[in-house]
Amino acid sequence: MSEDRTTPSEPRRGGPRRRLRPNVGLDARPLGTPRTAGSAHPLSARTPAAAPHAADASKATEIDEFENAEAADAANPGDSAGDGQVMPWDVAPATITADEGHPTRRRRTVAELLADVPDDAVIVTRRLTKKYGEFTAVDKLDLTIRRGEVFGLLGPNGAGKTTTVLMLLGLTEPTKGIVRVLGMDPTREPLAVKRQVGYLPDNVGFYGGLSGRENLRYTAKLNGIGRREADAKIDELLHEVRLEDAAEKKTETYSRGMRQRLGIADALVKSPSVLILDEPTIAIDPSGVEELLVLLRRLVAERNLTVMLSSHILGQVQSLCDRVGFYSAGKLVAAGPLEELAKGEDHVVELEVGVDGPPTGIDAVASTVPGVTSVKPHERDERLRVVTASSDVAAPLATALAAQGLALVHLRRRGTDLLELYRRYVPEGIDGRAR
Amino acid sequence: MAAPADTARRTDAGRARRSERAPSGGWRTIAAKELADHITSSRFFVLLLIVTVAAIVPMYFISSDISASAPQLAGQPALFLALFVVGSPSLGNVAVVSFAALLVPLVGIAFGFDGINSERSQGTLSRLLAQPIHRDDVINGKFTAGIAVIAVMITTLVVVVAGLGMIRLGIIPSPEEIARIVVWAGATVLYASFWLAFALLLSTVMRGTASAALVGFGTWLGLLLFGQFLLPLFANFLFPLDKANANAYLASTTAQATFMRISPSTLYGDIITAVLNPNTKTVLGVGNLGQYVSSQQQVPGLLSLDQSILLVWPQIVALVAVTVVLFALAYVLFLRQEVRA
Repeated sequence: MSEDRTTPSEPRRGGPRRRLRPNVGLDARPLGTPRTAGSAHPLSARTPAAAPHAADASKATEIDEFENAEAADAANPGDSAGDGQVMPWDVAPATITADEGHPTRRRRTVAELLADVPDDAVIVTRRLTKKYGEFTAVDKLDLTIRRGEVFGLLGPNGAGKTTTVLMLLGLTEPTKGIVRVLGMDPTREPLAVKRQVGYLPDNVGFYGGLSGRENLRYTAKLNGIGRREADAKIDELLHEVRLEDAAEKKTETYSRGMRQRLGIADALVKSPSVLILDEPTIAIDPSGVEELLVLLRRLVAERNLTVMLSSHILGQVQSLCDRVGFYSAGKLVAAGPLEELAKGEDHVVELEVGVDGPPTGIDAVASTVPGVTSVKPHERDERLRVVTASSDVAAPLATALAAQGLALVHLRRRGTDLLELYRRYVPEGIDGRAR
Repeated sequence: MAAPADTARRTDAGRARRSERAPSGGWRTIAAKELADHITSSRFFVLLLIVTVAAIVPMYFISSDISASAPQLAGQPALFLALFVVGSPSLGNVAVVSFAALLVPLVGIAFGFDGINSERSQGTLSRLLAQPIHRDDVINGKFTAGIAVIAVMITTLVVVVAGLGMIRLGIIPSPEEIARIVVWAGATVLYASFWLAFALLLSTVMRGTASAALVGFGTWLGLLLFGQFLLPLFANFLFPLDKANANAYLASTTAQATFMRISPSTLYGDIITAVLNPNTKTVLGVGNLGQYVSSQQQVPGLLSLDQSILLVWPQIVALVAVTVVLFALAYVLFLRQEVRA
């Protein structure tokens, strides 16, 4: 990246930043304004010369910079890491580096920010920030979601999840930073993005006076799908979400779970390649949640969708997500596959152990097991002990306890559920807005 | 590794580009749905009933009066129009047009006050805006649907009143009279659209449908009851009235006239007077000096329809202008609003 700096004699004019700012009125029709080169699709700018470092080979005009930025997005080299690994961009320490020896602090160009984006990235945000007055709802978010991934965005209420989702859809304008969905900027090409992204809003609503089928038909019409094609599609989707029997009923009679399922059908009417679900499991009873997750799991597998879902209910989405990100006070505090996050940074294993009888019996036995580094009382349950070890010592520990005549009544490895991960990564706690 | 991803990208790009070219027309879909909602709503039937009854009653009385004095009225020009503009003494001289002018704002408000805020409270707004439509399609579609349903209602009303009038009077209106009635109906739709734009503005600004309805109907009732006192009051507040001082008096009167020039009810009143009464050669509300002078040198006879329209052309333009201004305000506010409440 360091060769990407311009010389002081050729200062950047901050062009890309200015260009990023969309028209007033968000996705309002750009009243007769011609499409600028900056809005060209990545492909159109994909030339052999369009490597990231090419940005300053050309004259650093606004348009050149922007096009190269898009090209960098398309022609990214750094895609060597395999799937399922924590990518460097997952927990990117998003610090803007001021130019050393350069007196003025220079903002990074779009090209630089998008330089590490992999080829198959579907949703990319870089230093994405949204401010409402003084309050920062989303703070310098760096997110990369690749094709076919199911990404879970987890965080307490008010952590900025919905704001992020709205920015991905171009429904709200970012204060700063970059968003790319399928290589497009949602603030500049909202229609193209919205054509390919299905969205289930938080607290989804339907026109109460219309039946479920009529509601879906309206969505299909708004997407420009022909009547016959739409009807076939709607029949199929209603079958998928098991609402065929209620299809002709008015949606005002639907239960919360039914509405949520109809919402998923609604998001799929346009045959999207990306699905964004905002709190899909909120306010549904446990059996409804299970049903919904089964449905989602099947749909994702069948349709090869890229999914981003947000939730504040831990555990519910655990089984669905390939990767999760923890959100707190507008910041992404950690992201990666669950098992990677579960290991933590120091790669220790913590076991909760309980025996039939006083827990003091455990202390002596556990410390003799090889690998165990400490035995501490449990934080909340005095009948239990927490055994820390450098590897999984569950089996030898159980054997050792049994040898001492202590009947094991509780043995659980920590860090395997989201609640604990959550405690680790979001220190402020689950409820209450972190400040 | 690069090749398949490359192809996928190209496909995406192709899709995006194709769809960008496709015409959107989202407002038409929204307008069609809104219109269907309006026409099948109980609101529509209740309002149609109220407005029709309110128009038939004065028509019934005045047609009786006309029939009773038929011999004297023989040869009177534009007699059919009297059905609309003349009030019967047995009904306090209230004519069909007066009732219409009274109730039209009600219709306009009724079809607009929950336009945007109901989408918000139902939770359908974010779902709607996540579809590939422009954001202004929503408000444009709703305004169009509102105008359409108002037009349907007023057309029904005019046809019913004119039809019953023909039966009761036994007079067939002349083409000129029909044309005048059509122009009046058009002006009425325009006046209702003004109130529709006002109601849409309220529905954008106010989160609750109930509070938007209260403010809307409250404004209508308030202007109905106190409107005529409000104007002089406001003018005198700006330019304290001093009858001894000619300049102050003039300033106050000028201010009043200026307000009246943009007051939709005055504008609409002038249009009715000129369009439905071919005898009208001057509209005093917003008349200018030239019109005043010409009215002093009155030549007996009737104006043709185009001359009548010419007489109130400024009023028509002004009514369109105030409607557009209100709608533009609602439009801009809606576009700048956050999707999330």
